[in-house]
Amino acid sequence: MNAGISAYVEFEGVHKSYDGETEVVRDLHLSVQEGEFLTLLGPSGSGKTTCLMMLAGFEAPTRGAIRLGGRTIHDVPPRQRNIGMVFQNYALFPHLTVGENLKFPLEVRGMDKGDADERVRDALRLVRLEGFEGRRPGELSGGQQQRVAIARALVFEPRLVLMDEPLGALDRRLREEMQFEIRRIQRTLGVTVIYVTHDQQEAMVMSDRVAVFNRGRIEQVAAPEVLYEEPERPFVATFIGDNNLLRGAIVDIDGDFCQVAFGEHTITAFLVSARSVGDTVVLAVRPERIGLAGEPGTYRNEFVVPVSDVIFLGDHLLVRATMGERVDFVVKIPNIVGHGAVLPGDRVRIGWTATDCRALVPDED
Amino acid sequence: MHVAFCAAVLVFLIAPILVVVPLSFNAEPYFTFTEGMLRLDADAYSLRWYASIVEDEAWLRALVNSLVIGVSATAVATVLGTLAALGLASPAMPGRPLVMGLLISPMVTPVIISAAGFFFFYSSLGLAQTHLGLILAHAALGTPFVVITVTATLAGFDVNLTRAAASLGAGPWRTFRRVQLPLIAPGVLSGALFAFATSFDEVVAVLFMGGIDQRTIPRQMWSGIREQISPAILAVATFLIAFALLLMGVVEWLRRRGSQAD
Ligand SMILES: Nc1ncnc2c1ncn2[C@@H]1O[C@H](COP(=O)(O)OP(=O)(O)OP(=O)(O)O)[C@@H](O)[C@H]1O
Ligand SMILES: [Mg+2]
Repeated sequence: MNAGISAYVEFEGVHKSYDGETEVVRDLHLSVQEGEFLTLLGPSGSGKTTCLMMLAGFEAPTRGAIRLGGRTIHDVPPRQRNIGMVFQNYALFPHLTVGENLKFPLEVRGMDKGDADERVRDALRLVRLEGFEGRRPGELSGGQQQRVAIARALVFEPRLVLMDEPLGALDRRLREEMQFEIRRIQRTLGVTVIYVTHDQQEAMVMSDRVAVFNRGRIEQVAAPEVLYEEPERPFVATFIGDNNLLRGAIVDIDGDFCQVAFGEHTITAFLVSARSVGDTVVLAVRPERIGLAGEPGTYRNEFVVPVSDVIFLGDHLLVRATMGERVDFVVKIPNIVGHGAVLPGDRVRIGWTATDCRALVPDED
Repeated sequence: MHVAFCAAVLVFLIAPILVVVPLSFNAEPYFTFTEGMLRLDADAYSLRWYASIVEDEAWLRALVNSLVIGVSATAVATVLGTLAALGLASPAMPGRPLVMGLLISPMVTPVIISAAGFFFFYSSLGLAQTHLGLILAHAALGTPFVVITVTATLAGFDVNLTRAAASLGAGPWRTFRRVQLPLIAPGVLSGALFAFATSFDEVVAVLFMGGIDQRTIPRQMWSGIREQISPAILAVATFLIAFALLLMGVVEWLRRRGSQAD
């Protein structure tokens, strides 16, 4: 967005429509720094793969500019973009051995055999598959094929690697292991990675920054902890972690804070972007930032609410309560109060501070 | 009941073909089983008709013509058919069903119509009664088989493989030769075999277009039957049956290998 120090990849006002009617990517602005691990996170159909395909050159944007290293790349065919690509289904050449798969990009570049063999060995060592040169992809496990796909995308030393849900087909344990592996490799080589996933935890674990996609738009781009602590949109607030959302109108504004009418109550909240009195906002409060208030006056916002359900989860209790018209208001209490301290049917005093309650602009529908 | 019915159908289909085989070993110049043959008398059988075709220069010329025309037509049909199938498989291809229909139309058009068309068209180009003209005509008849078999193999082909090749820096030719061709090879080969078989036993176009120098084996058999009725024809027919069985075996083997690779 800002003409960054060394924006390596830049999407500027990019639109994409396949059928000339529905835009699957709308007014996309995104810049990725050299050496960064950036994840595109969003629900199915939100346009993540389309963005990667435009960057790789397999789809053309309908409008807007895509720049790589400062140069627009619209006229550069995919094979000259020098971008490594890991496909969701790996796309290893089934009739070639692992060694031949890895040597493929090196042959294209006319590298002599000795150098190529050495590069292939190095790449396989990097993904911890030494000695697998002679195997066919069909003779490898899913995780091993995944590693070969990564090695092949890296062996010709591209500065940018794109990965489209590369761990989608793996079981959970292997996924977690591979998340760390990919991160380790990216750090070792200092290569820029743009990674696509719809798993928010995966995005949190791996990324320097995450771009949250929703229906063809980026809702917010930020470091994982910032997305969690300071969501700017209701979609982000609920897509990353859990949040209680309450809708109300602003009745008063005082600096960074505002008063929002909610039923017969008034809630004090942190105002995320400039609004005026009378505007509707969506308040987001995380379940774990809500506490039981023993004494009245512990929190800026306090309410006495009826408990409808209590779920015991070992290290914490999940309390469901009715809050105005919201019957699914969730409070997460660390298990220091003990099992049975809160029971269904009880009325409890809950509360939260003004800074833990963010007033967001509603998603337009 | 089912078995009996099946057997009846098989006899109906195969008997006229199989009856040719023993008759080709007839020691007498007849098209019927002699008493000696029915008694399985060894003297009633001989290889004289096989010897006669091997010695007859007309048959040898016909064999050479059939091979030259068949192999060349197959080469042309294979290249054209494979390219067409690759183009048809591209997602950017507009009007696919229409183009596909046009491409395979030579298969459903009655041969007599195609042959008449070839005759008038190639005559005006001065290609009637030349090897080249026949090669082109047979290539046109064989191409649809290649289009169909290659299209069938491409249906199981992952487009991401060509994208992967491009992302690794390969141009279209290298991608075709190193990635696509090896994977669709079984389809290309069986298409080629069908195209060859089409040319090898085609007689109508040859009757229309071929001169005395373009006599192929089927054409030679045609005049053989009309001019000098002798069981030599049956020997040739037996040879063709064996050849067809061999081709079928190869196609089946390719098909199995293709489905194993998936
Ligand atoms: N080749 C195409 N032709 C037409 N429409 C397409 C094409 N590719 C994708 N789309 C549509 O564009 C939208 C975005 O698709 P895209 O594949 O980019 O989503 P995604 O975020 O990658 O989703 P997922 O997580 O399911 O992979 C979808 O509605 C999809 O149906
Ligand atoms: Mg996708």
